[in-house]
Amino acid sequence: MNTIENHELGGQHVSEHIEELRIQDLHAFYGESHALHGIDLTVDQGELVTLLGRNGSGRTTTLRAIVGLIPHRTGSIVLKGEETIKSPPHTIAHLGVGYCPEERGIFASLNVEENLMLPPNVAPGGMSVEEIYEMFPNLAERRKSQGTCLSGGEQQMLAMARILRTGANVLLLDEITEGLAPVINDKLGDVLIELKSRGYTIVLVEQNFRFAAPLADRHFIMDHGHIAAVIHKDELEEKQHVFDEYLTV
Amino acid sequence: MLTDLLGFPPQVLFGQLLLGLINGAFYAVLSLGLAVIFGLLNIVNFAHGALYMLGAFATLAVTKYLGIGYWGALIIAPLIVGAFGIVLERLMLRRLAGVDHLYGLLLTFGLALVIEGAFVKLFGSSGLPYPTPPQLQGGVNLGFMFLPWYRGWVVVASLAVCFATWFLFERTKIGAYLRAGTENPTLLQAFGVNVPLLTTLAYGYGVALAAFAGVLAAPITQVNPLMGSNLIIVVFAVVVIGGMGSIMGAVVTGLAMGVIEGLTKVFWPEASSTVIFVVMAIVLVLRPAGLFGKSA
Repeated sequence: MNTIENHELGGQHVSEHIEELRIQDLHAFYGESHALHGIDLTVDQGELVTLLGRNGSGRTTTLRAIVGLIPHRTGSIVLKGEETIKSPPHTIAHLGVGYCPEERGIFASLNVEENLMLPPNVAPGGMSVEEIYEMFPNLAERRKSQGTCLSGGEQQMLAMARILRTGANVLLLDEITEGLAPVINDKLGDVLIELKSRGYTIVLVEQNFRFAAPLADRHFIMDHGHIAAVIHKDELEEKQHVFDEYLTV
Repeated sequence: MLTDLLGFPPQVLFGQLLLGLINGAFYAVLSLGLAVIFGLLNIVNFAHGALYMLGAFATLAVTKYLGIGYWGALIIAPLIVGAFGIVLERLMLRRLAGVDHLYGLLLTFGLALVIEGAFVKLFGSSGLPYPTPPQLQGGVNLGFMFLPWYRGWVVVASLAVCFATWFLFERTKIGAYLRAGTENPTLLQAFGVNVPLLTTLAYGYGVALAAFAGVLAAPITQVNPLMGSNLIIVVFAVVVIGGMGSIMGAVVTGLAMGVIEGLTKVFWPEASSTVIFVVMAIVLVLRPAGLFGKSA
């Protein structure tokens, strides 16, 4: 089910099927509570996939398990060919993974620039600070402000910007559009298109299907800690009933 | 004529001010270490007084057995005791990550009792003398008071260490990690920072600060197994007044409380040992998070 057509990425021809992420039979636990019940998914290099589902379906848990923030996890998570199921979070990040948490996680005791410079470089080829300020001009204007004095949209941009600086090329983005104005979401959509064209691999957890649909190559529909369906971007119309079944409240 | 105005000689006032400043310098360095430790480990380090005492004993030991004098001890004793702190963190404190504050408090309080008890058993409780380094013997008459060189040095050295710590925390990359680790260690680790190592080093640094204060104290107070337990109660009051986890707060409050204590000795000697606790009670009523603390 993971065979995808050869596709063009911003003029740069990416050879097909280089696996960036392969998850097999992933189980995750919060204390006694069993949150993921055997997830299997694969993401190829340069692909943008979404994890869609209702609240509590396990999307955020899946991202947290990939970056190692769920200590009790079993199965297999292979990132760029390396098994990480037993690795601590700080070594997983250095495989080139950037994580943007749902609550954004801007540090209040650091200013914008310190927040931006905080994450250590994890791989060569990160964006320069100039490039980042070009992509997010608001941040340049506010570089000396305390991180949490920013608006919600600016905080979201900062949370994205700081992982782009590190050279991470597998981005795990959790609900980046949540609670933001449509104009900001448009901007974030443009950023994702730009990142995709540069060859980043992106796993996007979304609530907002309208935002995600035009961006993604594939959609993983999650339900009760399982992957309930995988829908390719060409099948959106014929599989509309699947979205209706799993996403409508 | 100043004597007529005040009702006592000005030398008394300045003498007590200096004494207050010296006590304040100790409060500042010790509460600074507590603030650093609390920030990253979320542990109220009740072993701090015992570690301060170990700093003084390490000074004595390196002088006696290695022939290293005061100036060498100023560097080596904090390193030795800091390394001991790192072992404590790795073997014991680490296991308390994520459990209630109370367990950290109980463990470190128990450690303090064990360490102090062992030293009383070995060395008695009467205290051992440590000479003032020859370069700092004597003093200078400032006209309005006599300033012993060593006392002046204690204030200068403490302030220098406090400033260096502030600089480390507020102006360096490692300081940004430490602040971020205080706020959200999980996310910092997900960014690729080795937070467990950072935590260990922060504890080692906090402990080294306590030991540094112990070295400074050795020529003043004598080296006594219980020297820390007498001091630490006041230091905890200082930390509560300043607010847990604030670097600037710890330093400013430490110095201010020392001075207030000194002034009280002049104007109302009977109250001098209580005044800090009165201030603490007032601060707790008006600003429960402390003067510099951020309310949760």
